[in-house]
Amino acid sequence: MWNKNEVAGAKPESASKTESSRSSAPELRKETALIGSSVFIKGQLSGSEDLYIDGQIEGSVDLNGHNLVVGPNANVRAQLQAKGVVIQGKVNGNVRGAERVELKRSAVVVGDIYTQRFAVEEGAYFKGSVDVTRETAPVSKEAARPNSSAFSASAASASAPSAVKPSSPSSPQTSVSNLKK
Amino acid sequence: MGSVTQSLMRLFRGSGHHDQPGKGSVPARATRRSSGLGEFSRLLAGREGLCILDIGPTSASNIQRLTELGHRVYSEDVLLASKDPSLMTPSPDGATSFDEARFLTENLAYSPQTFDAVLCWDIADFMDEPMVKPMFGRIWSVLKPGGLVLAFFHTKDAGPDSPCYRYHIADADNLELQPITISSAVGAQPGGNGRDTRASKADRQPDYRLRRVFNNRHIENLFRDFTALKFFLARDNVREVLITR
Repeated sequence: MWNKNEVAGAKPESASKTESSRSSAPELRKETALIGSSVFIKGQLSGSEDLYIDGQIEGSVDLNGHNLVVGPNANVRAQLQAKGVVIQGKVNGNVRGAERVELKRSAVVVGDIYTQRFAVEEGAYFKGSVDVTRETAPVSKEAARPNSSAFSASAASASAPSAVKPSSPSSPQTSVSNLKK
Repeated sequence: MGSVTQSLMRLFRGSGHHDQPGKGSVPARATRRSSGLGEFSRLLAGREGLCILDIGPTSASNIQRLTELGHRVYSEDVLLASKDPSLMTPSPDGATSFDEARFLTENLAYSPQTFDAVLCWDIADFMDEPMVKPMFGRIWSVLKPGGLVLAFFHTKDAGPDSPCYRYHIADADNLELQPITISSAVGAQPGGNGRDTRASKADRQPDYRLRRVFNNRHIENLFRDFTALKFFLARDNVREVLITR
């Protein structure tokens, strides 16, 4: 699967171009992988370090215990899962932030959000549901299992949230990705 | 004299100051009491895990406040979506017709009886006429029996320049009103790619003018399928209506 070397090696010049915008992203460590604005990835993306996406992604992104920043030029059609997620660009898909999810004013997000802490800047566009859980434990594999089908599925079959139905309100903490008809 | 009048109008509209839309930065918010919201809050008090849909312009405050109360919040800016020019298709006779089917396919597309409450705010007054009835029809279908709708309607004394607000819930009885700026409304168009130029943004400025004023009879007809309506007359030329399905 994709790792730091592959991603960084795919477009090394993009890293320097977006260094300044990356530095503004909160809580990103120096060892942050970068997907530049001219990169298009279709498939499952997983890693064990922070990631900055400024390109196009279709499929899923899973950064267990690490932070994800979706840059202002990004166009992502994927399920996103990370410890903290900051979105500045366009995302079409469900977002799981084990600790927090933040939508900046330039964000355009269509999908459901599951997190412990949620913040939206004025001007952001958001269409979907927000499910704020107050758990302190990190999201376990078992807890994420209902959504894992989307992560294990091929990117080509990854469904946009507009294609699925609302989840049952009786179990809002465990229900997943069932927003639309 | 003019400044005295403005100060008085400010007092009637709320306690804060209003920035002019489109002048950059985030406009200041004015606070005002809302009897409709107060009644809405009291009816939902003590209940957790409700599904609440906010179809006004996206408000971070509303999402945070409602999720803190233990509710699941759905947010969908139907007013912005209604400004999509492609929804109005030209007819052979030169007039334009509203693509109701597409509007309802792309917006408010939820399963029947999903929500316990819907926050409409005053968006109906700023939407084109043909969209209003289908929207409330869809809201009826996605509401659970006994579900609540909070909607605001301007009175006939409201002028055509009445500002369009983003409503933020300040507490159980008070709202913060933030004038919608063109830049924030356009910059977050869902169809955009985040790389829009200033010129293209200007071309797509949504028109947030007051379209009409509904009188009480119109409002009752709009909600004729619902079981109960309760009107609250506010000071700022707005009627607040709490509707029960």
